[in-house]
Amino acid sequence: MDAPADFVEESDAGGRVVRFSGALTLAQVRDLPDRLGAIEGPVRSVDLSGAERIDTIGAWIVRRFAREHDASIEGASEDAERLIAEVDRADQPVRMRPDPVPSFYRVLEEVGAAVAQAGRTLLGLLGFFGGMIVSIFEVMTHPRRFRWNAVIQRFEVVGVSALGIIGLMSFLIGIVIAQQGAVQLQQFGAEFLTINLIGRITLRELGVLMTAIMVAGRSGSAFAAQIGTMKLTEEIDAMRTIGVSPMEALVLPRVLAAVVMMPLLGFYASVIAIVGGGIFCWISLDIPPVTFVTRLREVVPITDLWVGLVKAPVFGAIIALTGCFQGMQVEGDAEQVGLRTTAAVVQAIFLVIVIDAFFAVFFERIGWI
Amino acid sequence: MSDEPVIRVRGLKNCFGDQVVHEDLNLDVYRGEILGVVGGSGTGKSVLMRSIIGLQTPDAGEIEVFGEPIIGRDEAETVEVRKRWGVLFQGGALFSTLTVAENVQVPLREFYPDLSQQLLNEIAAYKVVMTGLPPDAGPKYPAELSGGMRKRAGIARALALDPELLFLDEPTAGLDPIAAAHFDELTKGLRDTLGLTVFLITHDLDTLYAICDRVAVLADKKVIAVGTIPELLALDHPWIQEYFNGPRGRMAAATEERQKEAEVTR
Repeated sequence: MDAPADFVEESDAGGRVVRFSGALTLAQVRDLPDRLGAIEGPVRSVDLSGAERIDTIGAWIVRRFAREHDASIEGASEDAERLIAEVDRADQPVRMRPDPVPSFYRVLEEVGAAVAQAGRTLLGLLGFFGGMIVSIFEVMTHPRRFRWNAVIQRFEVVGVSALGIIGLMSFLIGIVIAQQGAVQLQQFGAEFLTINLIGRITLRELGVLMTAIMVAGRSGSAFAAQIGTMKLTEEIDAMRTIGVSPMEALVLPRVLAAVVMMPLLGFYASVIAIVGGGIFCWISLDIPPVTFVTRLREVVPITDLWVGLVKAPVFGAIIALTGCFQGMQVEGDAEQVGLRTTAAVVQAIFLVIVIDAFFAVFFERIGWI
Repeated sequence: MSDEPVIRVRGLKNCFGDQVVHEDLNLDVYRGEILGVVGGSGTGKSVLMRSIIGLQTPDAGEIEVFGEPIIGRDEAETVEVRKRWGVLFQGGALFSTLTVAENVQVPLREFYPDLSQQLLNEIAAYKVVMTGLPPDAGPKYPAELSGGMRKRAGIARALALDPELLFLDEPTAGLDPIAAAHFDELTKGLRDTLGLTVFLITHDLDTLYAICDRVAVLADKKVIAVGTIPELLALDHPWIQEYFNGPRGRMAAATEERQKEAEVTR
């Protein structure tokens, strides 16, 4: 292998000479730059005749040293001369990072950008909603353009495939509510009220809400990723040029599927949660299923079911709209797809919970308590 | 050009499922040459490169780079060899969270952790300029660069360790003719000044005529011929004839002729 790069200082009548030896290559320079840095004062010349090999890094170090000490370079081989000339040509000031912005301004800038972004997203979402309404009218006036195949396919992806995971989740949630409720209510000797708790909270709130969160995570993100990828590969542009409206072909089937599937899934989730709670009551509280069901019919008004079923399609529409909207916003590179998918899920869940709060007030006002 | 091969491939076999990409493929690349690798789509040019640099484990065969076997050895064992080559992937493959200059510093930091930050910055600076990027490209992120600049930045990173061997995967694909010509000049210039050996995958006939010393033709799952373009033209393999004597091939040859004449008359 090559010998490590090294040098000796010699003084003669004309001044100091630094003689290099060994291989002046990246692998062999090691602490050479530091040791060279320790040399002070004028140096008359740099002698490269003892150097075995040189690469651009060696050339750079030699040239920098020679320039700093105003020394001439002697004894350079043809290779060394060529490389030194090459790095000399390439010597221009280059910054490594963009200029840092003072942190106060950066915070201001980021807050401002976030606000502007949020405003734009909200406006964009509204516009997108409007665009969808328009395309619904278009399809209604030209029913032949409606894409049954795409819609049915989405039904399967959004609804049927989600049955397993949503069922398991709801079952466990039913057990957790029953268990937590029973522990508290037992203190008053009122564990019978656990049935009220399970029946009402799952039908009114949790069944639909948890389903919405699951659908946002499963399907909302998938919508954003699919449409985003299609945007990147210019599929959407291709559609437009052929005269196919992406709103009709991509967005409408997805929104429709989510709107139709959400009530079904929400109802299914509520029922499974009640089954889970019922099993817990049977095993832990010794309430037989017959009593459980009878009691359930007494305490849960039918309006609780309507509350859940009215909310579900709205949630479905929000999830599908944010997913498709964020997918359509993808531009530039693949990184955007990831960012937009995350944004779709976060916004969908956030909006679902906001709307849920409005619904709570609304149903209270109309007397469905 | 010496007789000792830098890359030596013998009996290489690569399969994906039932599909055999390479079978009994042999290839030698010699020191200081620019070897162009051509072949139709799906003949496994990139797979060959990935096998040589150890990203793909072949089903059979042996590969030596700088006399060191590559196949079946883990990354830690081949560090010394990997220090001596640089790779430019098709899209540049720059790290998107780092600036161009920081991208160039990554291999230096990884293999030589003792270098001072100041020297790292200086090395990154001259490498960036050397590959023909403007100095203000240093602090930019890859997303802010054009395709051609991204490729140059990729080459700057591939050259960070002053490698002896450079792998280029379709460096001129997607570039306009002017940028592609600049890139050819850059490759040739780097070979001449730094004494590189270049393994160049390309579809670009102009690049083949302009800078390649030898061309290896991939077809029928192996390298069917290696040689200078006139040598290849003398063979009567149908694919080679169609490739070089097709309308585009003749055009590229004519351009090359004209340039040579222009140089002579000048």
